[in-house]
Amino acid sequence: MPPESTPQESEQRRQRRLLAERALHWRRTRRLTAILLGLWLVTGFCTVYFARELAQITIFGWPLSFYMAAQGASLVCLAIIGFYAWRMRQLDAAYAQALEHSA
Amino acid sequence: MTANKRYFRRLSGYYAWFCVCFAGFLLALTVLEKEGMPRLWIGHLFMFATIVLYATIGVVSRTSNVTEYYVAGRRVPALFNGMATAADWISAASFISLAGGLYLYGFDALAYIMGWTGGYCLVALLIAPYLRKFGQYTIPDYLAARYGGGAGGRGGPVRALAVGATIIVSFVYVVAQIYAVGLIASRFTGVDFSVGIFLGLASILVCSFLGGMRGITWTQVAQYIIILVAFLIPTMWLSAKHADNPLPQVAYGSVLPKLAQREAQLAADPREEAVRAQFRRQADDYAARLAALPGSWEGGRLEAQRRLDAARLRNASLGDVRNAERALAAYPKTVDDAEALWRAQRARLLTRAQPPQPHAAPFPGATEAESNARRNNFLALVFCLMFGTAALPHILMRSYTTPSVHAARGSVFWTLFFILLIYLSIPALAVLAKYDIYTSLVGSDFRSLPTWISYWANVDKVNPLISITDINGDGLVQLAEIAIDGDVLVLATSEIGGLPYVISGLVAAGGLAAALSTADGLLLAISNALSHDVYYKIVDPGASTQKRVTISKLLLLAVAFIAAYAASQKPADILSLVGAAFSLAASTLFAPLVLGVFWKRANHAGAIAGMIAGFLTCLYYMLRTNPILGGRMDAAWFDIAPMSAGIFGVPVGIAAVVIASLLTAPPSRASDGMVDYIRAPE
Repeated sequence: MPPESTPQESEQRRQRRLLAERALHWRRTRRLTAILLGLWLVTGFCTVYFARELAQITIFGWPLSFYMAAQGASLVCLAIIGFYAWRMRQLDAAYAQALEHSA
Repeated sequence: MTANKRYFRRLSGYYAWFCVCFAGFLLALTVLEKEGMPRLWIGHLFMFATIVLYATIGVVSRTSNVTEYYVAGRRVPALFNGMATAADWISAASFISLAGGLYLYGFDALAYIMGWTGGYCLVALLIAPYLRKFGQYTIPDYLAARYGGGAGGRGGPVRALAVGATIIVSFVYVVAQIYAVGLIASRFTGVDFSVGIFLGLASILVCSFLGGMRGITWTQVAQYIIILVAFLIPTMWLSAKHADNPLPQVAYGSVLPKLAQREAQLAADPREEAVRAQFRRQADDYAARLAALPGSWEGGRLEAQRRLDAARLRNASLGDVRNAERALAAYPKTVDDAEALWRAQRARLLTRAQPPQPHAAPFPGATEAESNARRNNFLALVFCLMFGTAALPHILMRSYTTPSVHAARGSVFWTLFFILLIYLSIPALAVLAKYDIYTSLVGSDFRSLPTWISYWANVDKVNPLISITDINGDGLVQLAEIAIDGDVLVLATSEIGGLPYVISGLVAAGGLAAALSTADGLLLAISNALSHDVYYKIVDPGASTQKRVTISKLLLLAVAFIAAYAASQKPADILSLVGAAFSLAASTLFAPLVLGVFWKRANHAGAIAGMIAGFLTCLYYMLRTNPILGGRMDAAWFDIAPMSAGIFGVPVGIAAVVIASLLTAPPSRASDGMVDYIRAPE
């Protein structure tokens, strides 16, 4: 193997590197999306499905099921979206950095 | 980056000024009211001032540049984009009817709160960032580019289907908004309903016609501020009054147990029971008449005729004769009419004969099965509203207007944040107003009813918003004697709480802003679909940019007038169809939108099959079960209400995409490349 690679080869390596980084980024995005959607589903579904049982518990005057349906579930959603935006920014930054290193 | 920051700072400055002027305007009106300015003038001033404001913003941001017109130049900062989308989202139904719905139906109505906020998770995680990365103009644009097919692989058939879905969904919705504009304008300024519609239309047109997306974005930010102030002031006031804490979202927890106590007291009150027994007797009377059809119809008609003759014979007063004539004229014309009318009357009386249901109790029901059916319907409705939210074109379109993918994600966060500022106080308002009515109105003397009752009872003579009649003749107001339309709750909150009339005017202006902002966004979604997707992409791909914007403006005008005409016909049924719009949108568009990003194998045939199968399933279920469309609830599957048809449509749509894609050839390499592109970070 020659010590100096031809421009063509380095271009190919760069391409491969780019594809690998993209695939990694997409795997991470997909995992994050799946986890957060799972959380969203569990919150929404449990709030409704077990509402009659949760109504026995009271916090600050609210029956828990009423609180969750009126505020809790929506606030959890807001938190999910906020966390997603923050985490994706990190992932995008990591991706940009990895590409810079390889360049 | 610094240019963006400067732009953001400049915008913040403008809106800070706007807030100061708005506060000044409110203060000035309060002083004027103290000085004795008549109510009607205040109503007029509010209408006039806000409409002029929207028109001014429209004129200032007029544009004929394609990118500015369709996507506001793609430089709206996340915070402001979120605010504008929130205004776009908060429709007349959320602002005016939702609190009333919660007042009337208690826990069941929380499905709307959950559904209309939870859907944003789907928007943020599955759709918005990818649409922004794709970076074109409309939703059909994205679907056509992703799925291709048709003549020359330009995705003609997919585009046509997506345009069809966009138009059907948005049109039903926009007619309801314009209808609400007419109602608010006529109630607060005393103009005729149709005049109200065209006044509202004028202000919608000035800003969207001149400025397109850019015009409506900046108008909607101003409208959001008005909506927020209008909703929070009366709610905070009530909260301070009943819970000694001006933060309604936190405070109403302490009112809930007091309300539950009062409800139990009223349910056991013998006077209340006497009124309810009277309703039951009247309902039984109708039941007897229904059982004796057709003889009872004939008998009733003869009786009405005989009364009229008798009144004429004994030379009764003109009023008596008129009443008898009217009774005869209103008598059902056929046996079928009589059956329908009496059934409805009986159902209405039976509902009024029910004791109050505990506000916070989830799914009360006589039997386990009944309670489970209510729970399943709640789940189904939440599902449809969530998936519908993630498929409404006028909301998704907003992802295109942000400067970057990061900003698109942030924008969804801010959208939900600003929506929640209002949505978290809606249940609070319902509980506080209910407590107020149950404690201070119920049990009071009929001779000293508060003035707002007679005012609101007379606003709409045909369907009174509120009516109180002394049914058991004891001179005291019983809860069962109050018939209340949910809409009055928000409109009259400020008066219920004893605030000056200026605040009522402000609430009306807020309701108007909610309806107008949503109508703006919807009209633009429809006219963009027609001008960009149908005209530019299908009819005349060589059109100049100037021509495209002009065509778009003309179409906007045409659609607005058709929608206004439809609303001026007062289609009572269309209001109930708005909920159906969510199910239709979810069933048709959700599967191709999301699978397009997350499943590379989805192809052209799959997208077409998914949209058609989802739409038809949803439509079939509605036709089968909705009485308005000629169906019967007996035919329902798992007791699911027709409005939640999307619970069947969405899975069928997804299944159809998967099956049809797998049965046909994989998509082209170009489509693979496009998916890779929209998945990759910037």
